[in-house]
Amino acid sequence: MDINYTPEDEIFRADVQEFLAAELPKDLSDKVKAGQKLDGEDFMRWQRILGKKGWLAPRWPQEHGGCGWTAMQVNIYDEEAYVAGAPRVLPFGVNMVGPVIIEFGNEAQKVQHLPGIVRGEVAWCQGFSEPGSGSDLASLKTSAVRDGDHYVVNGQKIWTSYAHFSDWMFCLVRTDPKAPKKQQGISFLLVDMKTPGITVRPIITFDGMHSVNEVFLENVRVPAENLVGEENKGWDYAKFLLGNERTGIAGVGGCKAEFQKLLEIARTEKKNGKPLIEDPLFAAKIARLEIDLRALELTNMRMLSGSGSGLNGAFPSVLKVKGTEVQQRIAELQMDAVGTHALPWQQAAMDPAWNGDTVGPDYAIPRMPAYIDRRKATIYGGTTEIQKTIISKALLG
Amino acid sequence: MNFNYSEEQSLISDSLSKLLSDNCGQEARKSLLSDDKDHDPAIWAALSDMGLLGLPIPEAYDGIGGSAVDTMVAAVEFGRHLAFEPFLASVVLGGSAIQLAGTAEQKQALLPGIADGSKKLAVALLEPEGRFDVGHVATRAIKEGTSYRLSGQKSAVIGAPSADLLIVSARTKGGTPTESDGLSLFLVRPDTDGVTLKTYRLADGRAGADIVLENVEVTSSDLLGSENQALDTIEHIADLGTSAFCAEALGALEKIIGLTTEYLKVRTQFGRPIGEFQALQHQLAEMMIDFEHARSLIYEAAMTADSTDAHVRKKAISAAKVFLGERGRAICQNAIQMHGGIGMTEDYELGDYVKRTLVTELAFGDVDHHLARYAGQL
Repeated sequence: MDINYTPEDEIFRADVQEFLAAELPKDLSDKVKAGQKLDGEDFMRWQRILGKKGWLAPRWPQEHGGCGWTAMQVNIYDEEAYVAGAPRVLPFGVNMVGPVIIEFGNEAQKVQHLPGIVRGEVAWCQGFSEPGSGSDLASLKTSAVRDGDHYVVNGQKIWTSYAHFSDWMFCLVRTDPKAPKKQQGISFLLVDMKTPGITVRPIITFDGMHSVNEVFLENVRVPAENLVGEENKGWDYAKFLLGNERTGIAGVGGCKAEFQKLLEIARTEKKNGKPLIEDPLFAAKIARLEIDLRALELTNMRMLSGSGSGLNGAFPSVLKVKGTEVQQRIAELQMDAVGTHALPWQQAAMDPAWNGDTVGPDYAIPRMPAYIDRRKATIYGGTTEIQKTIISKALLG
Repeated sequence: MNFNYSEEQSLISDSLSKLLSDNCGQEARKSLLSDDKDHDPAIWAALSDMGLLGLPIPEAYDGIGGSAVDTMVAAVEFGRHLAFEPFLASVVLGGSAIQLAGTAEQKQALLPGIADGSKKLAVALLEPEGRFDVGHVATRAIKEGTSYRLSGQKSAVIGAPSADLLIVSARTKGGTPTESDGLSLFLVRPDTDGVTLKTYRLADGRAGADIVLENVEVTSSDLLGSENQALDTIEHIADLGTSAFCAEALGALEKIIGLTTEYLKVRTQFGRPIGEFQALQHQLAEMMIDFEHARSLIYEAAMTADSTDAHVRKKAISAAKVFLGERGRAICQNAIQMHGGIGMTEDYELGDYVKRTLVTELAFGDVDHHLARYAGQL
């Protein structure tokens, strides 16, 4: 065992830093660091830059445009990208549908879709959740009925992140309503968002932001060649995909960057004339959090490097639960750190186009909205309660 | 000991609940926000007609002469219905500042106007460098003949944008901001030269402001009560306000648990109501355990808020605030979690209640502030 970075890792880190310094547009990193709203083009611009460099899909096999990085290199890249203020890479293409197409898609699908994903040119969204399904994902109702060489799709998806600027949606649909178990009779379809019959309606969350949507599908005709793998076997592909999702969901790089921001705030804010970080009560909270963060980081490294855990398939759930708790705790302490500055609700000031007058330091403005926003982390991608069920099932059988 | 509402208190609670549920729904709040209004003047007038704006004000000044517990009963309803009306700012904070600090003339001049709603007050005690410590006052008031000149900054002044009169703490003596001796309170008209309000909405939608005072001239008749000895009074005013904030949270939290309970009954997953899952049952039970204990401490805070025994009062108020800060926040987080995605949406009312609770939790002191203050009273 060796906990230190190798000289090769340090060289790699320097390469990453050099690339970020040269290629990350300053207007983007300024926005990210200030906690301002990013629009679709902001995300896609950065993904195209990464795609051009060949760094967008580090975990993919090299033959499909992946980097062939080690787990340690992926982690180093994540850390540096967050510290530099790079927009996060939206996971839907690269981490979710891409690996499914690589693993289960046919040759034509690989040719059609993988280059657009790995070059960062095509935006994807995930049509899984439905009203009434939630964590009981397999209860989904959206139907796809075969009609000649098309499927006719009808139903509604919800909580669809970034559907409002996505080109394609990967979608779970019910192709056999008579299947004996609800996990059977589900298929995995790729849907062009320009197809007639698709309507996207925004959902505004109570932090005042728009990232999720409702998607209505009304007699949407999807070519049959857009079926991934076999008809009625979509649940298997979804499980494969969700395992990948829960890995990235720990968000260690993001946690470390946000933790640094917490430290900066705690060093800037004053309590009784002294930096807040010198207050023993607050310092103790930061210390406890840092210990949790370190535990998360090391556990993430253990999983990425394939170290055994006795949990087999449930290891991602362990990371998902802890990672989202740490994310929430950091956002919570950032809000607590700004004290009375958290009280004014200046959500409009997070839009870069806004030029009104603000109250308090700029770093205080996004703190309460971010605290609220992070509450979703223990809900999406399978709630904490569901993850605990998965873990205990892995133990109890 | 008696923890039940009296007949009069039940009457206050019922009539206020009726008024607010008829006029203060989510749609009404949204339209106030989009029209950039601080509150609904019709509700304010109705509160005046009911005599509620004179609740804690002595009968000699056209009030009802109620206790801090009566104030709590009303504040619970304001929290339960998420009303924007500046009851807490003007009646509780403003009214108690005049009563605790004012001379007989000042009381006669101001209290009847607060009680009938024709005058709205806002109290400015916190400062940017002081975090939550109302005893940290860097704002200076320099005496010049029969007038004073005020300079400094005040933070998070709830109700300031619509106030006819501000009450401002300032240092009339002493060097460092935390010296206990040398603090005074002043009446400041917001349209006086040198007063700048940076107005905003608090997270719960109510109106607030940060205030900059630059060489603001007031006369000696604007000195509220006596000079240099205001610290104890300032702390007492803040405690009365804190008690009312806690009561608002009690109303909001009760609603949050009600919404969650209802949701667990109607939302089905895996073929049954999610309330049948033991994991969620235990979380709901824990929310209720926390809520009932919070209620007890908040009742005690209200029962001691009028007390001039600062030791007893500070312990009770800080205990309620610490418990509310820690367990109230957990109740909100659990409620969102159990609602799933719907609990995150702007259209669903849960978020409004969570934001109201957050404001009450942070205003006049977070957990650390009150934990340290409590520890200082051991």
